[in-house]
Amino acid sequence: MTAVDARATGTVRDERAAQPGDEPEETDQALAAVRALDAPAALPPARPARAVALFVVLAVALVVLTVVSAGSGQLHVPPAQVVGSVLHHLGIDAGPVPGHANGDAVLWTIRFPRVAMALLVGAALAVGGALMQGVFGNPLAEPGVIGVSSGAAVAACATIVLGLSTLGPWTTAAAAFVGGLAATLLVYALARSGGRTEVVTLVLTGIAVNAVCGAGIAFCTFLADTQAREEIVFWQLGSLNGTRWPYVALVAPLVVVGVVVALVLARRLDLLSLGEREARHVGLDVERLRIVAILVIALLTAAAVAFCGIIAFVGLVVPHLVRMVVGPGHRVLVPASALGGALLLVGADLVARTAVPYADLPLGMLTALVGGPFFFWLLRRTRRSSGGWA
Amino acid sequence: MSAVAARRPAVEGTPADGSVLSACGVTYRVGGATLLEGVDVEVRAGEVLALVGPNGAGKSTLLSVLAGDLAPDTGTVTWWPAEQASEHQPRRGPGERPRTGGEALADVPVGELARRRAVLLQETRLSFPFRVVDVVRMGRAPWARTTSADDDDAVVAEALTAADVLHLAARAFPTLSGGEKARASLARVLAQSARLLLLDEPTAALDIRHQEHVLGQARACAEAGDAVVVVLHDLSLAAAWADRVVLLERGRVAGAGRPQDVLTAGLLSRVYEHPVRVLPDPATGELLVLPVRGPASVPVRGGTP
Repeated sequence: MTAVDARATGTVRDERAAQPGDEPEETDQALAAVRALDAPAALPPARPARAVALFVVLAVALVVLTVVSAGSGQLHVPPAQVVGSVLHHLGIDAGPVPGHANGDAVLWTIRFPRVAMALLVGAALAVGGALMQGVFGNPLAEPGVIGVSSGAAVAACATIVLGLSTLGPWTTAAAAFVGGLAATLLVYALARSGGRTEVVTLVLTGIAVNAVCGAGIAFCTFLADTQAREEIVFWQLGSLNGTRWPYVALVAPLVVVGVVVALVLARRLDLLSLGEREARHVGLDVERLRIVAILVIALLTAAAVAFCGIIAFVGLVVPHLVRMVVGPGHRVLVPASALGGALLLVGADLVARTAVPYADLPLGMLTALVGGPFFFWLLRRTRRSSGGWA
Repeated sequence: MSAVAARRPAVEGTPADGSVLSACGVTYRVGGATLLEGVDVEVRAGEVLALVGPNGAGKSTLLSVLAGDLAPDTGTVTWWPAEQASEHQPRRGPGERPRTGGEALADVPVGELARRRAVLLQETRLSFPFRVVDVVRMGRAPWARTTSADDDDAVVAEALTAADVLHLAARAFPTLSGGEKARASLARVLAQSARLLLLDEPTAALDIRHQEHVLGQARACAEAGDAVVVVLHDLSLAAAWADRVVLLERGRVAGAGRPQDVLTAGLLSRVYEHPVRVLPDPATGELLVLPVRGPASVPVRGGTP
């Protein structure tokens, strides 16, 4: 009987199994492994402890820094009195009230809205950055770097210069949203290929978008009268100075909606990191995810930019640091970035207000001062560790 | 049997016993180039089907069409219901009801499709440094919020073991070597518990041991009742592990059937435009496909030594 005949009659497998050597044994093992539904193999444990520790540390630091920041400034209010003032306003008669005659007024009309805005904007920027990196499949994507912030800013500047108030106090925020959305879509369409963005393409696209938006802002500055010009300069520098409660009330719902939707998208963003085709293979509606995520990115960026101008690099630095601690899973990354971003911006704003006496440094300048070198370091590191990016 | 067939909507061709997926007259064009032309493929449960052919013959394109990534310009791709697919169907999902008729591939929602078929592409790049175990867990995504999700840990552990990457489970995916990445991706595909596996050159980056191991896995899945379609370049591997072989030549089917019928010296020499010898392994009798090297005096058809 020739071998070919043997195969034809279906006995080849048996012959193979009868051969000495590792290979048939291994096949048997493999078969057994597939059939054994109660495989005793132990999976490496998830790392919830690290995530919990991170959340606790961030939350405690955030509360402490918020209290300290609210008490710091030209009129110093000790932390205990800050807490006492909050408790009294909540109707709880505990703790000391601010000793200074104007202490309570300063806290509630100037400091608290500003700190609240810092919390919201920091969370919005960091979550926007995390989302953007997930959707672009590139850890270097960030609203400031790729020009989404300046897209939002140019639209907002236009409303200032043209004196538009179609939507009342929402006009500037709405324009920032539209501008940010347009810039995101533009970069997304230009910089991606095959579901990923190469670093070089992304950064160059960002340069182009930033250049065009910079020209737009310059044109607005040229057109503007003195008062509008000051407003525009303020936009470009980024600052929380002059924040009032009504602004906070406008920004808060946008940020809350954006962060909640980002949390809902978290698991799907994990799948997207497999690549577009692979994500579709495991059942992800990639098109829908992209559309929703881009809308949320534009929403969060607009919320941040609407009253505070361009504050760059928060969305880059925070998610990256979180990933280094707890890994890239978005279910932890998104909420931890929200806390981390809030913490960073409250801290940065505290420095901006107190570093130079009687001066309010531009916040965007500070974050760029720290974020620029960080971005450079990331670029080097990414390029070294996975040559494919560059 | 005939009653079942009668209830089916009219679809070109009658599917053979155990059909999972049928491609009928599939043509796919990009720009001016015709990548597939009038291709008929029958994917059956319990079988390993190898797609072979020279570079650019349309193997990966055909796999993408079967996966639902590409919609053919003409022709149909039809899913047959699970009850018809096989009498022993150990991996059927709870949400999957037996259907009476065939269903066009394009009509199957993306989530449902992911519970039916899993795809391994040639190269997997990951945007973020997830651990191997987390990547394999992503294969369980289609089963989220079903009762099957309760078995996630067991299925993931089983898939890691089956692909021989359990010892790498805690490593970050981007730090793996090419072959290790391929095996980790295979584990993700196995974890998807689909009844159709589409594997695009799963052995390309692998050493001999793991080539055999991976195809052994494919074989094991087929013997458990799944359907497996695998693109292979190594014709001897195809001969050894496949139940049926489809040989593609410039987008057309040049031969289809059992390995010993399709992998003949004459046909392969013509399709690959290079003289090829086919001879039985002196030890086991398996088919060996070898290129003819050196002077043309070497006989095209080799005999038993």
